[in-house]
Amino acid sequence: MRFSYIEPEFLVERRLERCIRCQVCVRQCAFEVHTYDEASDTVFEDSSKCVGCLRCVTYCPTDALIVRQNPTTFKENANWTGRVIKNIYKQAETGGVLLTGMGNDRPYPIYWDHMVLNASQVTNPSIDPLREPMELKTYLGRKPDHLNVSVKEGKVKLETKLAPQLELRIPVLFSALSYGAISFNASKALASAAYEFGTYYNTGEGGLHRDLYRYGERTIVQCASGRFGVHKDYLQAGAAIEIKIGQGAKPGIGGHLPGEKVSEEVSKTRMIPVGSDALSPAPHHDIYSIEDLRQLIYALKEATRYEKPVSVKIAAVHNSAAIASGMVRAGADIIALDGIRGGTGAAPTTIRDNVGIPIELAIASVDQRLREEGIRQQASIVAAGGFRSSADVVKAIALGADAVYIGTSALVAMGCHLCQICYTGKCNWGIATQDPYLEKRLNPEIAKERLMNLLRAWEHEIKEMLGGMGINAIESLRGNRLHLRGVGLTDSELDILGILPAGR
Amino acid sequence: MMKRVYAKEEVCAGCRLCEVWCVVAHSQSKNIIKAFNEEFPRPLPRVKVEEFGPFSFALQCRHCQDPPCIEACMTGAMHREGLEGPVLHDADRCVGCWMCIMVCPYGAIARDETIKKIASKCDLCYGEEEPACVAHCPNEALVYEDRGE
Amino acid sequence: MRYVIIGNSAAAIGGVEGIRRHDRDGEIILMAKEPYATYSRPLISYFLAGKVTTRQMAYRPSSFYKDWKVTPLLGKEVVTIDTEKKLAVLDDGEEVAYDRLLIATGGVPFVPSIEGREAKGVSTFTTWDDAKRLRRMAKGLKEVVILGGGLIGVKAMEGLQSHGVKITIVELMDRILGLVLDATAAGILERKLKDGGVRLVKGTTIRKIVSGEGDKVTEVVLENGEELRADHVIIAIGVRPNLSLVADTPIKVNRGILVDETMRTSVADVFAAGDVAEAMDLLSGEKRVIPILPTAYRQGKTAGEAMAGRDTSYLGGIVMNSVEVGGIPAISAGIMNPPSEEGFEVKRYLDRKKGIYRKMVIKDNRLVGFILIGAIDRAGVYTGLIREKIDVSPFKNRLLDLDFGYIDFPKDLRTYKLSTVYM
Repeated sequence: MRFSYIEPEFLVERRLERCIRCQVCVRQCAFEVHTYDEASDTVFEDSSKCVGCLRCVTYCPTDALIVRQNPTTFKENANWTGRVIKNIYKQAETGGVLLTGMGNDRPYPIYWDHMVLNASQVTNPSIDPLREPMELKTYLGRKPDHLNVSVKEGKVKLETKLAPQLELRIPVLFSALSYGAISFNASKALASAAYEFGTYYNTGEGGLHRDLYRYGERTIVQCASGRFGVHKDYLQAGAAIEIKIGQGAKPGIGGHLPGEKVSEEVSKTRMIPVGSDALSPAPHHDIYSIEDLRQLIYALKEATRYEKPVSVKIAAVHNSAAIASGMVRAGADIIALDGIRGGTGAAPTTIRDNVGIPIELAIASVDQRLREEGIRQQASIVAAGGFRSSADVVKAIALGADAVYIGTSALVAMGCHLCQICYTGKCNWGIATQDPYLEKRLNPEIAKERLMNLLRAWEHEIKEMLGGMGINAIESLRGNRLHLRGVGLTDSELDILGILPAGR
Repeated sequence: MMKRVYAKEEVCAGCRLCEVWCVVAHSQSKNIIKAFNEEFPRPLPRVKVEEFGPFSFALQCRHCQDPPCIEACMTGAMHREGLEGPVLHDADRCVGCWMCIMVCPYGAIARDETIKKIASKCDLCYGEEEPACVAHCPNEALVYEDRGE
Repeated sequence: MRYVIIGNSAAAIGGVEGIRRHDRDGEIILMAKEPYATYSRPLISYFLAGKVTTRQMAYRPSSFYKDWKVTPLLGKEVVTIDTEKKLAVLDDGEEVAYDRLLIATGGVPFVPSIEGREAKGVSTFTTWDDAKRLRRMAKGLKEVVILGGGLIGVKAMEGLQSHGVKITIVELMDRILGLVLDATAAGILERKLKDGGVRLVKGTTIRKIVSGEGDKVTEVVLENGEELRADHVIIAIGVRPNLSLVADTPIKVNRGILVDETMRTSVADVFAAGDVAEAMDLLSGEKRVIPILPTAYRQGKTAGEAMAGRDTSYLGGIVMNSVEVGGIPAISAGIMNPPSEEGFEVKRYLDRKKGIYRKMVIKDNRLVGFILIGAIDRAGVYTGLIREKIDVSPFKNRLLDLDFGYIDFPKDLRTYKLSTVYM
């Protein structure tokens, strides 16, 4: 279509008296919003190309640029909003599926913001994390049903053989971010930060690049429906294996990496041709039932000599509780639940925004169901999907999760500005791109530093919150719903979450 | 043993903020807007970003241990402060003969013909704690360290 | 330890700085014929033009001798050296003993035997005094003939131009700056000269200098028969190493004083450096006199370090020049104009309108020479390629480009050169 009806989403404004025509904005924008005209010694901007990544604003040395939502509006309409109208225009102009990146940005209720924590006052002393030891260490894996010990000459010895466990410094780990969706520098930053800090990162569907094998003992290798990059060495390299059935951003369909992002290195790692779209099939074509899942879980355990925990990741959907129960009985050591706010590098917008359930409700229902069936200890629950702060983490654990996967938060820590154009491969911050011009913009050393800072900061905050509750070990908080109260929730929401309303 | 500026081309974003802040550091006002919009002639940047395709890096005077520019300088304008320290250029003594440009293997010296003809090159922001280019590189593609040379 | 240095220009100063790098305390005595503290020889044309002041002529700060603990004996000429007794004998009979001697006496202008050259108003142009004299006279001069269109002649011309003197250059070769430029390059500069009112007579020389009343020059007669009016004649054909000092010594000479890679002469404890020395030429692998300032300084420094007990290897110099004629900068180095191009690969770029000419001379995939006219930026990168004999085949086709740079080097070479410090 030659003429588009779509008005620019953003307006780029330049304060001319501050512009020094250094052209940093011209050079840094992968979408070519800014151009320099030598004859008039002026920099011009084409707002229609702007995606709102704020690269130019951040890099402008005189703060001469402002990017804001285009104030131009349609006539007010609560039903036919600007967004809905523009989406129809886009589809009318292209006939294509609307694609997007990152997580669901629609105003579904955020239950984290409707739950509050307790604090000790009078009856139970709070604990000062700077003065007393605080145990945040978390183990993920199957826990024994009972412990057999023997006592010999006053020394206690553990007789029960423990299943393999992952040991985390804090109950937070980096979520599945595939190499291909993100750049090598970003992958390296995540891997090295996890390694140095004492947690884990997840390869996602992209396989594991040769140069990252050295972080293997802190890597969870994912086996997804496309089986990209899955081979013997890959499985051996990781500390745990995760079978990805689904992800929160696009439940029911497989991963999608556009051909533009399949570079030479990505192609080698994923074992697919350069430039070809990497479309994962919707199901694993060898998992059509729970029995098939059990078969794959044990095949992986056999292949790795039962030395590594096997995790199964599902999107949080309507009957997650029943599915999770089946997964545990099928032999999964870890259940990973990914809620509706989970992020992605590329997904159809309609699926991202309309399929799946909020992770808060999923954690509560899965934890509840497993406890009821008496099998809660057989698998750890790791929750994912839009955790934005240490408070969200603490609440998730109180609801019943063993640990939390962070994806979007990790990317934001590295510099992501949530402009949601990851699927174009033109991430100006060097994170969601394979373009050599752009990838070098993410300095893996700086990114690693930022990730570790985030984890350190959250570690301290979690300790503060626990201390405030009078708890000195994360284990005491796990599934302890009495530490939560709901604010502004309906009775059924309170019931599903298993918490009391504030005031009771 | 002295600190020098080294470039890390793998993380150079090609933004040229190093050049921008070098100009500011050598301006009269030290104010970025005035330096670019009001000062004439605008001081030259002493660091230059070389770029081809996705590769780029900043290049400036290496402050060599045995500087060819000092050897070639016919007026003694090129000199070193003490036995170790940056190689500095005395604009008053310079006559713009370009002998230094002829011998610098890094091509790090430029012709400054804005007022009179003199050579122009990096002075490691002599007197400041850290060179401006290093301080303002947004991606730490320039480091200021002593590599024992 | 007593070091004696004969000379006071680039090589001598290089010698002082070389010695002091390794020996802070040894006595250094420096003797020079001219009564001035070290000054920059190349600046004399700027002085003549009035572009630099007396103070600005200094090659080093006035405190140099004191700071570096050198005893300068200025205005004293050394007439002979006794290499057996290790003495330098001055013109007033004084004898100065040395442990190590550096001969840095430079060159003397070559004056051919032209009929009438003893007339008043015939001079050479190599010392500050020459420039001072000319500057005093300049106002009274109307027409000057300069014999020699090489570096000295061209610089003398530039120096005089600002005084409004009508100048004619007489050059034997078919072009000015014939030893450092090719015909195309020289042509660009010659056009600028002509536009500036300078007359150029090529392919001939002066046969006779005619003087009139009071023995003052009135005109010159050229070999081609032409007659030119002249109030003053500057002989600027070239310099020869100043060998008079070593004539009666066993020190081996050829065109200049022969030295090895540490600047040692054939006689123990005697070193030579600068315009007087004949040292290794990097490109030919043979010894040659290369009378330019950077070479003189480096040789002097090498000599000084060797004298103080630290031998380094002087790998050899290359011919190189930077000159500006009529505002057009010209830089050239190495073998920039091979007599036959067989065995060489020569690349050229010419934009007459912009006054840009660039020429690269390559042999066996090594850059051996270049000429840059107009666009001279980063010329040193090419000089570096010549000096280090770098294989240019990966980027041969980029050499002529105005934005040629380190980005064109293979990554390994670039990383190596930028993360280690030169020399």
